[in-house]
Amino acid sequence: MNRILAASVFGLSLATSSLAYAEPVKIGVITTLSGGGAGLGIDMRDAFTLAMKQSGNKDVELVIEDDAQKPELAVQIAEKMIQGDKVDLMTGIIWSNLAMAVVPNTVAQDVIYLSPNAGPSALAGANCNPNYFNVAYQNDNFHEAMGQYANKDYKNAFILAPNYPAGKDALTGFKRYYKGALAGEIYTQVGQTDYAAEIAQIRASGADSVYFFLPGGMGIAFMKQYAQSGVGIPVTGPGFSFSQDVLPAIGDAAIGVKNSATWSKDLDNEANKKFVDAFKAEYKRLPSIYAAQSWDTANLILAALSKADVKDKDAFRAALKAADFKSVRGEFAFNNNNHPIQNVYIREVVKEDDGVLTNKIIATAFEHHKDAYAEKCAM
Amino acid sequence: MFTTLLIEQLLNGLQLGVMLFLMAAGLTLIFGVMGLINLAHGSLYMIGAFACATVAAATGSFWIGLIASLAAAAGVGAIIEVAVIRRLYDRDHLDQVLATFALILILSEGARWLFGSFPLYLDIPPQLQGAVALPGGGQYQLYRLAIIGVGVVVAAGLYLLISRTRLGMRIRAGESDREMIGALGVDIGTLYTVVFALGAALAGLAGALVGALQSVQVGMGEPVLILAFVVIVIGGIGSIKGALVGAVIVGVVDTMGRFLLPSLLALTMPASQATTIGAALASMLIYVVMALILAFRPSGLFSAHS
Repeated sequence: MNRILAASVFGLSLATSSLAYAEPVKIGVITTLSGGGAGLGIDMRDAFTLAMKQSGNKDVELVIEDDAQKPELAVQIAEKMIQGDKVDLMTGIIWSNLAMAVVPNTVAQDVIYLSPNAGPSALAGANCNPNYFNVAYQNDNFHEAMGQYANKDYKNAFILAPNYPAGKDALTGFKRYYKGALAGEIYTQVGQTDYAAEIAQIRASGADSVYFFLPGGMGIAFMKQYAQSGVGIPVTGPGFSFSQDVLPAIGDAAIGVKNSATWSKDLDNEANKKFVDAFKAEYKRLPSIYAAQSWDTANLILAALSKADVKDKDAFRAALKAADFKSVRGEFAFNNNNHPIQNVYIREVVKEDDGVLTNKIIATAFEHHKDAYAEKCAM
Repeated sequence: MFTTLLIEQLLNGLQLGVMLFLMAAGLTLIFGVMGLINLAHGSLYMIGAFACATVAAATGSFWIGLIASLAAAAGVGAIIEVAVIRRLYDRDHLDQVLATFALILILSEGARWLFGSFPLYLDIPPQLQGAVALPGGGQYQLYRLAIIGVGVVVAAGLYLLISRTRLGMRIRAGESDREMIGALGVDIGTLYTVVFALGAALAGLAGALVGALQSVQVGMGEPVLILAFVVIVIGGIGSIKGALVGAVIVGVVDTMGRFLLPSLLALTMPASQATTIGAALASMLIYVVMALILAFRPSGLFSAHS
C-alpha cells in the first residue's frame, strides 16, 4: 500500500514539475555593478528584477553578471551567456562602448538583445538589426532636445563630452538642432575626475552657456568644480548629467539647471506612478532614468512573452516590435530601426519640501521624436 | 587674455602635481624602505575620502572630517601592515602585487558594503569657498590654491622629518641597509608599521582634499594610483625629492597637454577633428614623457638606489 502511495506521489510530482518547468525563459543581464559607474547599473538591475518579481511570472530566469565597465570583460560574459547558459534574450548594458563590443556579435548569433540604455548611432542606421531592440533612446536624442531648447536663450555655447561613442553622438545631436555659434568644443577622457583645465578654457572662451554630457561620477566632479570655480555662466545638460543617481552628490549646485530626458518622476501616467511607488517602497530611494528605462525593458519582454513563444524567433520579434506594454514614459512605439518614437521633455532640478533634489518637467521639446539615423536603416 | 589662461592652467597643473605628490610620497617611501609594491595605496586614498565625507556629514565640519581621514587612513594602514603586508617583505614582487591587488578588491567591496554604490556628498569648507584674483586680471579658485599650499607644507615637513629627526635617520638607514639597522637594535617591525601608516595618512589626506572637488565613490583611487606609479617611475623609485619633481612634471604636462594640444592641432586640421585627435594624444602624453625620461635616465631622475 505504502509503495503504491509513494509511487503515485512520485508520479504526481513528476507530472506537476514537468508542468511548472515548461520552458524557463533565460534572460542574460550584463551590467555595471562595480567601479565608478556602478550606480547606473545597480539602478538598472534593481528596476529589472523588481519588474520581474511584481509580474509574478515564474518562468523567467535571470542570469546577472557584472561587466565592471570594461568592454573586454563584457564580451567574455556575453560569449559565456550565449554558449554556456544558452540565454534566450540579453539586456543590461549601460555604456555605449561596451554595447559596441557586445551587441553586433550577439545579434549575429541570432540572440535578441534589448538595450535598456546605450544607443550608439552606429547601431541605429545602416547597421540596424532585426535582433536589436533599443528600448531607451538613440544616443543623440536627449542632446537634440537640449540643442533645440538652447536656441531660445543662447547664442554662443561651449560644449563638452567624454571621448567615446556616446560622447560623440551627444555633441553631434546637440549641434544638429542648435543654431547659435560654438565658443568651444572639448572631448575629455572617459572616467576623468578633474576638470580644472576645461573650466579654465570655458572661463576664457566668452561663452554665454555651457552644455555638458558627463554621466555618473564624471558629472558630479565637473558640476562641483564648476560651481566652486565662480565662472557663473549658465550650464545645461542631458538628463544623465542630472539624474537621480548623481543629484545627491552634486548638491545644491544643481538647483535650477535645465536638462532633457524622456522620463521624469513627475510624468503624469498610471504606469509611472505605479513604478515610482513600487521602486521607492522596495529600495527606499528615488528611481533614476536608468531604472525607468530598465523597468520598461522588463515590461516589454513580459508583454511579448505573454503573446509569443520566445523560441519562435519571428513571432517573438513581431511581439516585441508591437511594443504592447504600458510604458512609464507614456506613449511609446518602435520606429523601423527598432528604436523608440517618444516625447523628449525639458526638466528643471528642484529641491522638494523634504530637502530631496529631483527633477520636474517644465516643457516638451519634441513630440513623437524619431532619431536621425532611421532612414539609413533598411528594415 | 591668453596669458591669464596660461597662468591659470599652470596653477591647475601644479595643483594636480601636488595632489599626486601626496600619493606618490607614501608609495615611494614604502617602496624605498620596505621594498614593497603596494597596489592598495589607492584604496587608502578612497578610505580617506569616505572617512572625510562621512564625518563631515555627521558633524557638519570639513575640518573634523579631514582629521578623521588622516586617522582612518593611518589606522587602516597600520592594521593592514600588521595583518597582511608584514608577511610579504621577504616574498618577491609578484606575490606582493597579487596580495595587495586582493586588498584593493576587499577594501572596495567593503566600502560598497558599508556606504553603498552611490557617490557621497562632500563640499569644500566655507572658509575656502570662492575665488581669488590673480595678477593680470584672472581668477583662481581659493580651495585649489589651498591644496597647493598643503602640498608645499607636506613636502617641507617630509624633508625635515627625513633629514633632521631620529625617525628620519632610521628611515634613511632602513633604505640603505635593512639587516644592519636590525642588527644595531632598531625595532624594524615598529619602524615599518610607522612608515606604512605615514604613507597611508598622506594618501588619506589626498583623498579627503580631492574628495571635496570630485565625487567620493568606490574605485576612485585606482586611476590616481596609476598616475602615482608614473610619478615614482619618473622621479626614481624610493626618492621623495624625485616624487615631488615627478609629480609636478606629470601634473603640468597632463594639464598643458589637454589644454594646448587640441588648439595646436586646430591650426593644421578642421576643428572637430582636432578636438578628437587632440584629446586622444593628450591622454597619452604623460606616458610618452615617461618613456623619454626613462630612455635617458633608466632609473628615473633621482633614483635612491643608483
